[in-house]
Amino acid sequence: MAEPLLRIDGLVRRFRPDRPPVLDGVSFTLDAGEYVAIMGESGIGKSTLLNVIAGLDRPDAGSVRLDGRELTTLDDDALTLVRRHSMGFVFQAFHVLPYLSVAKNVALPIELLGRPPATVAERVRAVLAAVGLEEAAARLPRELSGGELQRVAIARALVHGPRLVLADEPTGNLDPRSAAQVLALLRNQVKAQGGAGLLITHSRAAAASADRVYELDGRTLRPLAVA
Amino acid sequence: MDRDGGTRIALAVFAAQLRDRPLRLVVAIVAIALGIALTAGVYLLNESALAEFGRATRELAGTADLAVRGGRGGFPEELYAELARRPEVRVASPVVEREVSLAAGGTLPVRGIDPFVAGALQPALYASLARHLLTLLEPDAIALSARAAAELRVGRGGVLAVRVAEDVRRLRVVVVLPEGVYAGRLGIMDIGSAQWTLGALGRLDRIDLALAPGVDAGRFRATLPLPAGVDAVTPAMEEGRATSLTRAYRVNLDMLALVALLTGAFLVFASQALALLRRRQQLALLRALGVRRFEVRLAVLAEAALVGAAGGALGTALGWLVARGVLATLGADLGAGLFDSAAVPVVASPLLLAAFVGLGVLVAVAGAWLPAARAAAAPPARALRAGDAGSPGEADASPWLAVALLAAGSGCAFGPPVRGLPLFGYASIALLLLGAVLLVPAFAGRALAWLPPPRRPLPALVLAKLREGIAQSAVSLAAIVVSFSLMVAMAIMVHSFRDSFDRWLGEVLPADLYLRIGPASDTSYLTAGDAALLATLPGVARAELRRSLTVSLAPERPPVTLIARPLAGAAAGLPLVERASNPDPALPFAYVSEGMRDLYGAVPGAVLELPIGGVARRFVVAGVWRDYARSNGTVVIERSTFEALAGEQRYSEGGVWLLPRATVAAVADRIRTALRIGPALQLVAAGDLKRRSLAAFDRAFAITYALEAVAVGIGLLGVGFAFAMQALARRAEFGMLRHVGLRRRDVVAMLSGEGALLGAVGAGYGLLVGAVLSLVLVYTVNRQSFHWSLDYVVPLGQLGLIALVLVASSALTACLAGRLATGDSAVRAVREDW
Repeated sequence: MAEPLLRIDGLVRRFRPDRPPVLDGVSFTLDAGEYVAIMGESGIGKSTLLNVIAGLDRPDAGSVRLDGRELTTLDDDALTLVRRHSMGFVFQAFHVLPYLSVAKNVALPIELLGRPPATVAERVRAVLAAVGLEEAAARLPRELSGGELQRVAIARALVHGPRLVLADEPTGNLDPRSAAQVLALLRNQVKAQGGAGLLITHSRAAAASADRVYELDGRTLRPLAVA
Repeated sequence: MDRDGGTRIALAVFAAQLRDRPLRLVVAIVAIALGIALTAGVYLLNESALAEFGRATRELAGTADLAVRGGRGGFPEELYAELARRPEVRVASPVVEREVSLAAGGTLPVRGIDPFVAGALQPALYASLARHLLTLLEPDAIALSARAAAELRVGRGGVLAVRVAEDVRRLRVVVVLPEGVYAGRLGIMDIGSAQWTLGALGRLDRIDLALAPGVDAGRFRATLPLPAGVDAVTPAMEEGRATSLTRAYRVNLDMLALVALLTGAFLVFASQALALLRRRQQLALLRALGVRRFEVRLAVLAEAALVGAAGGALGTALGWLVARGVLATLGADLGAGLFDSAAVPVVASPLLLAAFVGLGVLVAVAGAWLPAARAAAAPPARALRAGDAGSPGEADASPWLAVALLAAGSGCAFGPPVRGLPLFGYASIALLLLGAVLLVPAFAGRALAWLPPPRRPLPALVLAKLREGIAQSAVSLAAIVVSFSLMVAMAIMVHSFRDSFDRWLGEVLPADLYLRIGPASDTSYLTAGDAALLATLPGVARAELRRSLTVSLAPERPPVTLIARPLAGAAAGLPLVERASNPDPALPFAYVSEGMRDLYGAVPGAVLELPIGGVARRFVVAGVWRDYARSNGTVVIERSTFEALAGEQRYSEGGVWLLPRATVAAVADRIRTALRIGPALQLVAAGDLKRRSLAAFDRAFAITYALEAVAVGIGLLGVGFAFAMQALARRAEFGMLRHVGLRRRDVVAMLSGEGALLGAVGAGYGLLVGAVLSLVLVYTVNRQSFHWSLDYVVPLGQLGLIALVLVASSALTACLAGRLATGDSAVRAVREDW
């Protein structure tokens, strides 16, 4: 049987020794082409799980394997390079650099990989067209609406063709109509690129766009059926 | 929300933020404290020195209404009898005042008084002598002040050997004045003994006059028939004359201290602007909740006032300690050798100290004024919107304002001195600096636009950030420009001065060996016989002796130095800057220093009257020369002319040219043996004299460098703080960059690159502005303060080095700020809303 793109085994994360762990033996797998949502109440540990997967937080126990490579034993620089090559991120608060144009913001991850300028330009044009912002390439972030800013963030998350896109409450700052557009776009683009997507949300409507939904409840994951 | 409630809430929120961010509070307090410490320190130092001057003058003058004074050598004593007979005069106290050569080396100021009369005018000084009057009347008796006795290590009953002309005379110490009666070094003798012992028979140097009730000292003064070179001055004039000696020096120190204070105020501005940028959403929330604009403004200003009060109190205490420490170690003139006084106490009233604390509050509130206005005026809706990064200083200043300030500053550079001070010059520097600061965003924008776009992503990010965020960076940049340009200007001015001084020494010291009798002795001198003897000594090719004395040309001004020396042909050896095209050949020539031209209008071709031998003699100004040794005016005339007019052949100093193969040491030994003057004769090789002079120059400017370094230190503190604040405000940005694959060291390198680039732009602009300011310092401020011209010389290597240090410091502070900002979890950073 083929190795899943992402395999999580028995993850434990405890912030204070006198308190119960936030994650207590969490396990699941994610295959290429899958788009999975993890739901849960605020403060339950959804973002902690995402951060441990991204290598931005270290688990107390357990394993995180991406394309068969164990991440928990890597040092900070190696983890950074894994993120640079294999991951894309979408945040609730957009986090678009205000001093770069839309195209430059989107180009950032692929430029970090040292791709030739012509390749960068071609790829940026393609992802901007895919998120419907081809015309806004030269504009500065302050000239865009919230929905447009999140589309820029999605384009930036996809531009270098990552294996895994991690989205943390990507529609938290958007109105329902923009949220629906952004979710559809994110799902379609992740699938179009052949990668996998992990969506963290507390919104049932957002989770409904996923192939599978888990609920983080009592420090462990359990599958959830979303209507 | 009622008015009081809004203010209370705004103040409570600001107080909570201060508790939450103590580092920002500490940095702002330290900046103000340093500025106030320097200002208070220098001011207290100057005030204490002046108080000491005033005290010394009052101690000597006592209750006299008028003092009649002659130049060096004094005036005939017949004037005393004439003045004492005048009905307007109640008491006339004659005085012989001489700087006496000590046989063991050095000099001592000695006053010969009539003890029966002097006590009436100077009761405090002479009361302690009352019990010893008869002893003091003995011909070899002298009383010493406590400090003189301590320094000369001689007590009551001891003997003091003094040199008068070629003789050594022994004086018996009959009294040592109690401590506290007179602070300085002083010897007191009976006037008759003094005239006899000190070679001043028939001469007086001073007559103190107490006038009859109702007599106006000013009017009476105008009626006195005084011989040439003799003045009648009131105690106020005398004190003013003494203090004017050091006024330019003191004002320059005050200005440097103000520079430090200005930089501190700028740091408060930067701190507030950036802090408010960081808090814009909290402020917007307060506004949205109903806190009014003026209440927001009030809270910002209250915070600044608090910072100012704390910084002011700390700075005042520090300044007092600095003043006390400097007075105790270097003396009242910071080691410049201008005052003669030992332990000078710090003079500071509680009101003055409170004024310094108030100045701290004022400076801090002034620094916060603009940020407070901006914070209050910011539309809350925009700040509350996610993704708004804001800007601390959206450039709302019109470039025309900057141009107008630069034009006004340029105009002021050509203004005349005001009461002898270069006030227009200082105004010019302030206006030019302000105009230059307003143009910082425009200059930086153009400089950054001129750079080619980098290929690599990190440098591209650095450049893009700086180009787009120029309004944010302008605050840090302006702090760099203010302190660095002033440092550049000072460096150019001091280097120009040192270079000119070095070359000047080469011109005015043409001989191989120099000799003089005591530094300021009135009682020892060389004779025509000594001059003839010198010329015959083996190894001596030529000896040239000169007479140096002081003459008073205006009662309200310090005396002028008159030098009589051989002027073979056209003023040989004088570094002339101007020559008279056609001087009147009927009059003897005088060559005046630039100070004489500026202070007395002695331009080439003008007729100058000099008091020689009690008579005003007419000379024509044949040329103007540079004199870096004396700023109050110097006149050089032909020695033979002086000897004919004065009827005396005495010399105080001279130069000796050696024959080939003769050594300085051997010739110096021969001179010492031949002249038999002892330690009072000083012999110095030209090279040593030059080295000593340059060392003294460097010592005099050490304090300038120290003050300048503190100002730049405050500037760099500001830069570091600005970077830290900006870095903290950009934590979310760095968090995102860490997510997309930048290592922590990449982020730190990016910030260091921003720091270095900003430092380079600041250094480039600072060099340009500093070069302009240095022109004002060299050609206006220095000229009007000290009355001498300088050759403009730019120390390229030195400036390049300090520019490199600035860029490196800027990169380093940015790097430290980056480490601080990226020390936090990237995860937490991206969760913070922007």
